[in-house]
Order: sequence, then C-alpha cells, then structure tokens
Amino acid sequence: MIGIVGYGAYLPHYRIKAEVIATQWGADPASVTRGLQLFEKTVPGQDEDTITIAVEAARNALRRAQIDPQEIGAVYIGSESHPYAVKPSGTILVDALGIGPHVHVASYEFACKAGTEAMYVAYSHVKSGEMRYALGIGADTSQGAPGDALEYSASAGGAAFIMGREKVVAEILHTHSYTSDTPDFWRREGEDYPRHGGRFTGDPAYFKHITEAGKALLEKSKLSPRDFRYAVFHMPNGKFPMEVGKRLGFTKEQIETGWLVPWMGNTYSGSSPTGLTAVLDVARPGDLIFMVSFGSGAGSDGFIFRVTDEINKVQDRAPKVRQMLDEKKIYLNYGEYAKFRRKIKLNE
Amino acid sequence: MITARYHREIPQRYRLEAGKCSTCQHVAFPPRPVCPKCKGRSFETVRLSEEGKIVTFTIVRVASEKFSKQTPYAVGIVELQEGIRITTQIVDAELDKIEVGQRVKLVFRRVQEDGRAGILCYGYKAIIA
Repeated sequence: MIGIVGYGAYLPHYRIKAEVIATQWGADPASVTRGLQLFEKTVPGQDEDTITIAVEAARNALRRAQIDPQEIGAVYIGSESHPYAVKPSGTILVDALGIGPHVHVASYEFACKAGTEAMYVAYSHVKSGEMRYALGIGADTSQGAPGDALEYSASAGGAAFIMGREKVVAEILHTHSYTSDTPDFWRREGEDYPRHGGRFTGDPAYFKHITEAGKALLEKSKLSPRDFRYAVFHMPNGKFPMEVGKRLGFTKEQIETGWLVPWMGNTYSGSSPTGLTAVLDVARPGDLIFMVSFGSGAGSDGFIFRVTDEINKVQDRAPKVRQMLDEKKIYLNYGEYAKFRRKIKLNE
Repeated sequence: MITARYHREIPQRYRLEAGKCSTCQHVAFPPRPVCPKCKGRSFETVRLSEEGKIVTFTIVRVASEKFSKQTPYAVGIVELQEGIRITTQIVDAELDKIEVGQRVKLVFRRVQEDGRAGILCYGYKAIIA
C-alpha cells in the first residue's frame, strides 16, 4: 500500500476582509461576497514567505507521521512565489527540519497546481521503490495586483504530505493528469503581478481541465461520484469548485468539508492540498476522497485516496486546518495589508 | 549579515542545536568548545524544545534600519523547557496583550534580509502558544 503517511497544513494568523478591499477600490462589497463567495483571506506576516509556510506545514506532517526525517529521500516544494528566483526553497526547508543532506530537492512551478505536482512526484518515487519516504509540499504567498479581481482571493498558506508504504493514512488508488497550452493566467519574468484572461479563465481553462482530468479518473477507477465521501477541487473563488463539482456529478455536501476558500482565499499551490488536509482532519477509515487540482497555463492533477484505519491515530497529533482558519485571527486594514504585501514603493 | 556567518549559525537558528557536556550534562546554547561549568571539551548535539515562556520583553518603537519597517514589535527573553534562555522577537501578537509568564512556541520565520538582492536569513521567533 502506497500513499500519505503524514500530512500537515499551515495558515498565517493575519486576515483581510473582502469588503475592506472592495471599499478601498470603490467596488460594491456585497457583489464580491455574493458573486465570488469570498469573505476574507489569509495574509502572510511580514516575516512569512513560501519557505516559512512550507516548513511549518512540513513540521505538522512530521508530527503526524512520526518518522525519522533522515529517511526522507526527496523534498519537492510547489509554489509560484518561491522567495528566490535562483535557489530552491527546499534547500532551506531540509536544513530546518533535519532532513538530508543526502536528499533530492527541487522547486516546482505550475501556477496553482505546483503543489499537487510535488505530491505526484513524491508518490511516484515511493511507488518506484527508489526511496522509503518522499515529501511533497504546496505553499504560496499569492500575488494579486492592487485593484485587480485577484486581490480578493490571492492569499497565503500551504500543506505538506509525506508519502510512504508503511502506516499509510490515505492510500493513493489512482492518479491522472491533463495538460494543454491554454494561456488563461501568466506572469512574465520580472513582472510583479500575474495577468489573466478574465472570463477566459473559466470554461476553456479551469472547467475544461478539471472536468477532463476528473472524468478520466472516474473512468480509470470505474467509480462514480456517489461512491466518494469527499471531493476537493482547486479553489480560485467560492463559486468555481462548487460549479465544477456539480458538472462532474458531485454534491455540495461532498465538497464543503474541503471548501476553505470563502474564509481562506486562494492559497494557489496550497489551495486543493490545504482542502485535502481539511478532509483528512475529519475523514474516517474507508472513506474515498476525489481530488483534482488546477494550474493555469494549464493543467490538472487528479488523485483518488482511500482513508485507512491509521487515520484515527494521526488526526490529533498536529493542529487541524479549520482550527488555524478560525482561531487567533488578526485583522488588517488596507494600509497595513499594502505594507505587509510590499505594495508600497519605498526608498532603498 | 555576511553569508558565511549566517551559514555557520544555521544549526542553531534553524534547529536549535545545543551542546550537552558529556561530563557534567550542562547544556550550552549556542554550543561552546569548552564547557563553562566543568571545562570539559566533549559534547553531544541535542535539539532544544520549541516551547517555553516569556521571562521579560520590551516593545521596540525605534529600530535599526533593517527592522524599521516592522515597528512597533516585541523582543523578549524566552526560557525554553530545558531552562535555556534565548532572545527572540515575539510575533503575530497584539502588543498590549503580551505578558511575562505567557507560554510561547517557536516558529520558523524570516529574520532579516540583506537588502533587495542579498540573501534571506531565517530562524526562530516566538508566538503566543
């Protein structure tokens, strides 16, 4: 049996409400909260970035897995906000966690699905027999240009998954990826903020890739949506995951456990992985979980998990993601938010 | 902070590695070549716990240039479970609610950066537990 042996999430304490952003730009707060179903989002502290988020999420995964970090053979971090353009984020993470130095490390990038890429490759290493454990992480401090619709959703957070063969808490039964050249969202080298194709990000991009990957996954597994207890989809806003789930035949009840986006925002590479941790926090042995990520550009990675008896032992070994979402929140006004996110031009 | 010094301090800043004297069991953080208690020269590397309590703290309102954009912020002395005392920022806290004796835990954060293009320096900071 191969799958997740330890999982963990991390969300910053800072928040900004969607209505504060809307008011700043003269938009109608009600149309944002109603239309996009976004109420507030996480904001990284001034001393937080993809690396610190990845470290905290991975510490929680290690607390659950209770393995020797030295036995981890690969560490992959997927993000579109790696702090260095040249120097992999994982180099810092391995030293922080006591992994390696005999370890394979790489940074992944694929818009919002870089996290599931990291999970997929970590899983494949264990499956091939190359190593005992591998760590895949999705984490981001997402960027959205001031005044752009993305500013309501671009948030910070991440999730980490240790893949292995022993004491598996969620077995990976099937995977499937779907990729095409679809320029719905991008950021050119040297640009501060991403650009997007507005409504083009919907049907030809998000919905097409998730439904195609999802349908292929259902065909491979010979399962139907009603066989699953939970479903997790990439969450760019509150509306899209519910709509894509409906198109694939899933119900609101199957989706809402991992549906963190109205209060978390879109943690980009950490989005569907963090949703998966919310599901694992409450899942019971035998539950089937359907998960499909989406990364602009564009592609989707799909996974089918089966929760095992081991889940009961690990759930309480580290903080749960709903706890992180609901407790110790510190709200920022727009000025503080702009300072935290370095949107204000300063003298060097 | 120069790159070589930062690199040298990584075991302490990232993993709280201390030196435990093989003769008298005294724990030194950061590790020392000679035990301050018994003058022993043989040490075992141990990792300190990430939990402790605030012994004292102050609020920095006028900071050096590198930290000036973070003001006001709290810096405290935290006693870890092993009795070791460290100086650290106390972050993600409402400053008027920080109290001596509060339980804290250490988290991994960016401590400073060497300008716009230099290296990023990471290490421990405390948050209220």
